[in-house]
Order: sequence, then C-alpha cells, then structure tokens
Amino acid sequence: MKRLINLKPSKPLAFALGILPFFLIAVLYVINSNARLAENADDKLLPPVSKMADAIERLALEPSKRSGEYTFWIDTASSLKRLGLGVLCAAALGLLFGIFTGAIPLVKSGLSPFLTVISLIPPLALLPILFIVFGLGELSKVVLIVIGIFPFIARDIQRRAEEIPNEQLVKAQTLGANTSQIIVRVLLPQLMPKLIDSVRLSLGAGWLFLIAAEAIAATDGLGYRIFLVRRYLSMDVILPYVAWITLLAFIVDQLLALLNRKLYPWHSQGNR
Amino acid sequence: MIEVKNLWKNYGENVVLEQLNVTVAEGDFITMVGSSGCGKSTFLNLLLGTEQLSRGELLINGKPIASEPGPERGIVFQQYSLFPHMTVLENIMAAKAFERKGFTGYLFGKAKREAKSAAEKLLKEVGLEHALKKYPHELSGGMKQRLAIAQALLGKPKILLLDEPFGALDPGIRAEMHQLVLNLWREHGLTIFMVTHDLKEGFYLGTRLWVFDKTRHDPQAPNAYGATITYDLPVSKNSNYENLLSLTK
Ligand SMILES: Nc1ncnc2c1ncn2[C@@H]1O[C@H](COP(=O)(O)OP(=O)(O)OP(=O)(O)O)[C@@H](O)[C@H]1O
Ligand SMILES: [Mg+2]
Repeated sequence: MKRLINLKPSKPLAFALGILPFFLIAVLYVINSNARLAENADDKLLPPVSKMADAIERLALEPSKRSGEYTFWIDTASSLKRLGLGVLCAAALGLLFGIFTGAIPLVKSGLSPFLTVISLIPPLALLPILFIVFGLGELSKVVLIVIGIFPFIARDIQRRAEEIPNEQLVKAQTLGANTSQIIVRVLLPQLMPKLIDSVRLSLGAGWLFLIAAEAIAATDGLGYRIFLVRRYLSMDVILPYVAWITLLAFIVDQLLALLNRKLYPWHSQGNR
Repeated sequence: MIEVKNLWKNYGENVVLEQLNVTVAEGDFITMVGSSGCGKSTFLNLLLGTEQLSRGELLINGKPIASEPGPERGIVFQQYSLFPHMTVLENIMAAKAFERKGFTGYLFGKAKREAKSAAEKLLKEVGLEHALKKYPHELSGGMKQRLAIAQALLGKPKILLLDEPFGALDPGIRAEMHQLVLNLWREHGLTIFMVTHDLKEGFYLGTRLWVFDKTRHDPQAPNAYGATITYDLPVSKNSNYENLLSLTK
C-alpha cells in the first residue's frame, strides 16, 4: 500500500469524488425536507424540490401579473448589468492606477499611501453616503462595487507591474524606447492577463457589494428579490435564486478564464 | 574609448569595487572572470547606467557615461532579456519600433512592412527563420540567446555588454554561440564586455581578460574592502592559455 500522499485518483474516480459532496447535500436535503413535510405539510423552511420548480417556473416562464414582465429574467439582467458595469469601471480604474504606480516611482510616491488608506475603508460603511450623494438609483450601486473592488485591483496590478523583470525594462531602454513606449508595449500587454486574473479574484466581493446594495435600495435584481421574499419565508424562491447566483458566478469566472487562455496564450503556457 | 579613473562602488558599508583604473580601446573584447559576488555584474551595471558609481570617473570618449540605459550600450542578460508576450518576429520588430520616436511603440503601414522584412532577414542571419511565430518560452536556451543577441544589436550599440550569456547552455550550443558572437563583434566593430565563469571561454573569446579579486582583506570586516582588476591579460589567439591559467591560480 502506497502512502496516502502518493495515491492519485484516476480520472473517473476524481470526477466521482468531486460530485460526491453535492450529491450528499442533495440527499440530506431531500431526506430532511420529507421528514419535516411529513410532520407539517405547510412547512416553509425546507420546501420540496417540486415547489421550488413551481416557483421558478412562475417567475421565469410566466409574465408577472402586476407588470407583465418575466421577473426572473429582469432580475438577472439588472443584476448582471450593475455588476458588469461596476467591475468594468473598477478594472479600468485599477489598471490605470496600478500601471502608473507600478511603472513610475514619482506617481507611486504620490498615490500609494492614498491607495492604501482608501483600500482600508470598509466600502459598506460608505453606502449611506453613496445613497445620499448619488440617490437611490443605479449609480450608487455601481459606485459601491467600484469603490469596493478597485483598490484591490489597483494594488494587485501595481505589484504585478513591479514583478516584471527589470531586465526587460532595461533591454527596452537600450533599444531606445521612451517611457510611454515601455508602458504601452512592455508593461500593458503583460498586465492584461494579470488584470483578468485580478478581476476573477475580486468578483466574489463584487457580488457581495451588489447584493448588499440591492437588498437595501432597489426595485429589481437578484439580491432585491431574495430579500423581498424573505418576509414571506419563501424558501422556495430564495434557494433557487441562490443556486442561480452561484451558477452565474461560476459561468462568469470560467468565461474570464477562457478569455485569458484565448487572448494571451503565452501567459498560460509561459515560463510559469 | 572608455576610461575608468579611480572608480569606487559601494552599497552602504559594503565596498564592492575599489581603485579601478583601466582604459579600453574601441574594438576590444574584454572578458571578465572572478569569484561569485566580487562585483562583475556591478561593473557591467555601471557601464549600462543602471547603477551609479560612488567615487571616481567613468568616461566614454572623454564624457561621463549616461546615468540611464540608452541605445549606445546594448545588453544581453543570462535570462529574462526577451519580451515573453511577443513572438520571435515581434521581439525584433518591437526593437525596430523603439528606435523611432513615438508614443505607442507600434509601427504602422509602410514602416511596419519595412521593419518586418528587415526583421526576417536578420532572423535568417542568426538561424531563427523557422521560429518566427514562436513565443520565447517555446524556444530552446540557445535559440533564446541568439534572439537576445540579435535584438541587442538592433539598437546599433557601440558597446555590447554580456552578463554570463551562455552560462545556461550546453557545450555544443556554446561553441555555436561563440562563433556567432565573434562574427558579430568583427562585423559591427563592437567593443564587448563579457562576464563569464568559464576561464577557457574567457581566453578563447577575449582580446583581454580581466580577473577581479580583492587585494586587501580584513577578516573582521569582510565588506570593508572591494575587488579590483588584479590581472589584465592581453590574449593573443595563439598564446597558450594553459600557461596563463597557472598564472591566475
Ligand atoms: N542593489 C544592490 N544593493 C546592495 N548590494 C548589492 C546590490 N547589487 C549587488 N550588491 C552586492 O554587490 C556585490 C557584488 O555583486 P555582483 O552581482 O556584482 O557580483 P558578481 O561578481 O556578478 O557575482 P556572480 O558571479 O555571482 O554573478 C555582492 O556582494 C552583492 O551583495
Ligand atoms: Mg553576476
């Protein structure tokens, strides 16, 4: 018998092991749900799968009686729009800050302490201010996401820029390159895949800020919906919504990873 | 002509180089050997402009050397000198673009076509015509260094600095690279400074071989004294390097 640390699962076994926890959770849920429903047919805490399916069918496939819209898809579109806009702005801003602080010592001296302090402010503590300044509309939610994740991206990109071997910068200079040429041709292309990685890491926080903002002030959105139906203990809506949010997060993450591999093949295969 | 006059370099308390006095004529091929950490790379960095001297003078044609890297001095490092996100062809074309003024460092239109055909010609000269579309991580060590040397020469430097450029290559490839460097040295009338750990290589390639070593030692404070050039050996191609070898022991 080999040591445990040397036992590597075969492909199918690895797959089965990966599925196992999900399967166990599902089984546990069904067992407990059935037990509770046997005691009280109106139990709301662990609704049967059929009830969740009904709820989603109602929200996703039938127009709402009040507005005639498909609630589930409206919620999804609104949330994705806010998240996308916020993350895009944060990425652009983070790249700009990161690349200039990472490449130009004078800018770093000027902005680095400021960036450090900004990144220490708990973004949610700023939410009331954002609502007061930008109103309760879309803008304040997007700004919350931007403020929440841009300092992380900026500092990550700065560190990545500084990690680029100095040899390359020296080499470019010995070929006659000026500062802007070095930034555009040597630093920027090498930082783009790092930016995508950084965005992937900060998406979790992005969802957090999105749902928090929607929970407090919104008229649609995934976060708004689950906090709204909480009042009626509608677990049959909340649980599928949470699963849907998780699936969306997973898909976005995988798409970004794919984008990175397609656009920057030298990065994924490269020296590291 | 490069003149080094009573040059000192220290990092804080740590004296790395001291009392360097030497003159190098145009067209010299200087090879430098010495124990690890004695300051050979530091000397190259002073020539390159990435480090500043602490005392003394370093003159090129009578003028103090520029305090930042520039096109008159080319460099090949042991590694990392290529741009990993560019293909072989792009690595060379980028060098062409950097020669020109401009904001982005990209070439367009006619300039781009010209740079492309010039780059293809150059890559053929160094034997990389089959690898134009490859990225640096797909090249062997020897191919990488050939590309790095070709790229370094694009700035049309008068001085070429080589810091253990072949340290990571196996002997067969090394011999090939020696021929390439010797050819380019003659063709372009370069002045070359090359650090090597291989004494044999130093004798074979150079017209002058420098040995860096400390002349003074303080056992209580090993960093109090720096290294200097203890031997400055003219190398003629037919001299018996075994003799010289015993000299430096
Ligand atoms: N930026 C720096 N700051 C402080 N000390 C440095 C710096 N660069 C080099 N040194 C010191 O200078 C000394 C010489 O270093 P250098 O890299 O020039 O040695 P070397 O002769 O090239 O060695 P090797 O053969 O191992 O490459 C070392 O003691 C090193 O610690
Ligand atoms: Mg060295």
